[in-house]
Amino acid sequence: MYPENFRYTKEHEWVLVEGGIGTIGITDHAQQELGDIVYVDLPKPGTRVEQGRSLGSVESVKAVSDIYSPVSGDVAEINPVLADAPEKLNEDPHGAAWLVKIKLSAPGELPDLMSAADYLHYIGAEK
Amino acid sequence: MIRKVRSHPSQNEALLFERSSPGKRAWQLPELDVPAVDAAEALGAANVRAEIPGFPEVSEVEAIRHFTRLSTWNYAIDYGMYPLGSCTMKYNPRINELVARIEGLAWAHPYQPESLAQGAMEVMARLEAALAEITGMDAVTLQPSAGAQGELTGILLIRALLEHRGNPRRKILIPDSAHGTNPATAAIAGYVVENVKSTDTGVLDLEALARAADPDVAALMVTNPNTLGVFEENIVQAAEILHAKGAMLYMDGANMNALVGIARPGDFGVDVMHLNLHKTFSTPHGGGGPGAGPVAVKKALEPFLPTPRLKRVRGKWAWDFKRKRSIGRVRAFYGNFGVLVRALAYILAHGGPGLRNATVDAVLNAVYIRKQLEPYFDLPYPAPNMHEVVFSDERQAKLGVRTGDLAKRLIDYGFHPYTVSFPLIVHGALMIEPTETEGKLEIDQFIEAMISIAKEVETDPEMVKSAPHSTRTSRVDEVAAARKPVLRWKPA
Amino acid sequence: MRYLPKSDSERRQMLDACGVESAEDLFAHLPEAVRLRRPLDLAPGISEYEIVDYFRERAAENANGYASFLGAGVYRHYRPVLVDTVVSRGEFLTSYTPYQAEISQGTLTTIFEFQTMICQLTGMDVANASMYDGSTAVPEAAMMAARVTGRHRALAARSVHPEYREVLRTYALHQGMPVEEFGYLPDSGAINLEDLERKIDDRTAAVIVQSPNFFGVIDQVKAAAEIAHRHGALLIVVFTEAVSLGILEPPAGADIVAGELQSFAISPSYGGPYAGILATREKFVRQMPGRLVGQTVDTHGNRAFCLTLSTREQHIRREKATSNICTNQALIALMATVFMTVYGKAGLRELALQNTAKAHYLAGKLTPAFSGKFFNEFVVRCGNPEAVNKALLKKKIVGGLPLGRFYPELADSMLVCATEMTRRAEMDALDQALRAPAAVEREELA
Repeated sequence: MYPENFRYTKEHEWVLVEGGIGTIGITDHAQQELGDIVYVDLPKPGTRVEQGRSLGSVESVKAVSDIYSPVSGDVAEINPVLADAPEKLNEDPHGAAWLVKIKLSAPGELPDLMSAADYLHYIGAEK
Repeated sequence: MIRKVRSHPSQNEALLFERSSPGKRAWQLPELDVPAVDAAEALGAANVRAEIPGFPEVSEVEAIRHFTRLSTWNYAIDYGMYPLGSCTMKYNPRINELVARIEGLAWAHPYQPESLAQGAMEVMARLEAALAEITGMDAVTLQPSAGAQGELTGILLIRALLEHRGNPRRKILIPDSAHGTNPATAAIAGYVVENVKSTDTGVLDLEALARAADPDVAALMVTNPNTLGVFEENIVQAAEILHAKGAMLYMDGANMNALVGIARPGDFGVDVMHLNLHKTFSTPHGGGGPGAGPVAVKKALEPFLPTPRLKRVRGKWAWDFKRKRSIGRVRAFYGNFGVLVRALAYILAHGGPGLRNATVDAVLNAVYIRKQLEPYFDLPYPAPNMHEVVFSDERQAKLGVRTGDLAKRLIDYGFHPYTVSFPLIVHGALMIEPTETEGKLEIDQFIEAMISIAKEVETDPEMVKSAPHSTRTSRVDEVAAARKPVLRWKPA
Repeated sequence: MRYLPKSDSERRQMLDACGVESAEDLFAHLPEAVRLRRPLDLAPGISEYEIVDYFRERAAENANGYASFLGAGVYRHYRPVLVDTVVSRGEFLTSYTPYQAEISQGTLTTIFEFQTMICQLTGMDVANASMYDGSTAVPEAAMMAARVTGRHRALAARSVHPEYREVLRTYALHQGMPVEEFGYLPDSGAINLEDLERKIDDRTAAVIVQSPNFFGVIDQVKAAAEIAHRHGALLIVVFTEAVSLGILEPPAGADIVAGELQSFAISPSYGGPYAGILATREKFVRQMPGRLVGQTVDTHGNRAFCLTLSTREQHIRREKATSNICTNQALIALMATVFMTVYGKAGLRELALQNTAKAHYLAGKLTPAFSGKFFNEFVVRCGNPEAVNKALLKKKIVGGLPLGRFYPELADSMLVCATEMTRRAEMDALDQALRAPAAVEREELA
């Protein structure tokens, strides 16, 4: 369920680093907590983001959740699918419904994040 | 045997635009007593519009049937109880509707000469005085149009006073149990919001407050009784902590229905507060508005109140526009006068002793409900409650049924749901406020319904989760409405 | 007391069930320091008949039976009887905000119809379920423009209603939004486009104009739009006289329309309650404040309506909300909806034409101070408007609004309005009174 090669945050985001690019999304746990997702608010390409700061938000009917960036850098790409089909985020949060791709500015940040095993433990503890 | 071929339109009312056809009319104007004009000549050809596309064209009979039929799809206080916590859905006295429509009041123009507006001004002055007495404060403004606007006015007043003293400060403290308008208001007023946690008994944590109250704090916004229906027993000490640091105490008056005639915010340290006339003072909700949110203040804040203010000049009422320290206007003209008339009529009908009796009945009703439902629903905060009581869905959640489902099932029993999922400090909250205008019969029926639902959760949870079953409209797809919003009718 | 449905014996039963001796025990837990230990200093309750008497007496102390030429943001129009018939139904009057869609389809459907009609009237794509009034719709629109553009300055025309501009300033001050003003042309009464061009820059979030403007003049909305858009700012167009939209072209080029619906069967009621509207383009919908009703289906596939896009609002977003507004003027908006239904497509146009005819008849006699085309109000020079009005009162006429209090340069002028309710005889009387200023002053001294 939670890919080994992802890194995870306490705010339930994941990041997959390949080359100097981090692909970011929210975890399956997060989309379950949110319920049916109706809208995703993402930053424009070129926006500078910082680790731990909000880069956008995810909305269900009754709630809004900020998306906190797991890494710092510049937004290279945003997922075009989500504008018309936000429900994809409920269906495939770890795959087709990635949110943004970031060109990393500080690769040294990664060890701060959790491994899949740590994250599983964390959400088990949260329950 | 007579068979109905198709159901009557009243079961499935179409929209106005779907019933329109050219030439149908419900209007007639008198003949002009002056020459007619050519629109293009008088207004400039480029300024004249084509006809309004899609605007309705129906007859008078169709118009009255349309709205009458639609009205039957609504629940209302006139039908039965709304146990909505913090909304104070009390009876809307019909005499208030009559007096608000008296011609000299209903047709008064805000710019008519003061000599010809003395009646309207007297009504406002009398209401100001009554609300000052009820709240124990020194001055009242009737300008704000609603509770949220009253809150904003109150925070702007605090800012103005603190600025006058040299430093408007940066932060406003808000308990985690607060209504959503509170932090939204603070943000609009340009303050940063800091949350203050409640104690595990659900009231203000004085130690947390003392720690948080630094010289950067402008005010604490508090609701009393709080959103659990519990009186903030530490309010006097909280006020002292704040005042010692030069900060102020703002009170959200949403729960005044528990206090009128019993305790006055001005007496327990509040500097500024707003009232909701559409809650405590019976003015009708009308499906979502209008309301009015008067603000009451202590003397120190009086100079900053919105302009204009009523003053007495040579035995007559006059509007004072020359107020140097005023925060300005929060709206055009003087306030929701029509709502103010209704609130004054309510106060006149009850009178001093009557208002206190209403409070007593409101609290009795809520405590009675609590006692009867305690065996069936989890009560997370056992402190004595006043005019409302907050349960949680913990017991029912174990069987997969949440507060929202219970609320929907309550509809099948003929009641409007209670307030769902608020306050946020209670997981799965059921917030119940009967108000004083519910009799024992109605309340006993409500209690019976809630107990029956609690039992249904154990025997048939799926049925509860898919409620309501008896309404013309079943649960609506809110997700689709939000994903692909359709916010107006369009022709096919 | 007739609003309290419990008998003493029922109270006793309930107190017993609560395990308390007397009702006073219910408050025993309150700290003594907070208790009010004296009765409220308010007169005892009075009967229904006495309440009516009280308010009738107050009403009699206001103007009654006077002809009036006041407009200036609040207009006298006929209120079709159907309006009060509909809004007096308990299902509309005493119902709550339609959060529970299953039992609020009456309210939700009428709001959906309202939103639709406002779009049709204003030419915008989407309208909300109403704001408190026109004056507060303006700062809400300005803050929305700030959110959309990411900029923080507003430029408002001086010909926007003066009290609306005051409200804008109060709100804008705390949003870090400087508000600057640009002027009007002394001959036409329309906005000074050169002044606008001089003052606008790339920090301007919104240009705010009103049409018909406070002087009644139909303003240069298209030109203002061109200038605003060329600089990347949004154009907010304000209206205070909704009937004008029955005949006037809706504001072309507006990004946001903020207006007042009082003209649509909402009693003047000494200043409120009224209903404002906010309408905009599809692409800005998520930045809109206020309630929105959307169409959907229920579990049986039947069309139904519900509140939607609630995540913009205070109860969810809290400090990040688009506004702190928690109300819409539902009952007032319903009055407007019934009004729009009664008049409909053809009726609203005819109503607007009658207003035009009446005001232009009056203008033929009084000579407007400005040359700009106008709808149903205009400015008249008359030397000493306060003295003129004093004399008119003796003839049971309330004259126009003296403008000196808002525009010192127009202290010799008043703003007069004529609607379908203004009778020819009243206009002739006003004309007579204004023609003889010497006679007026003599009467004054007498």
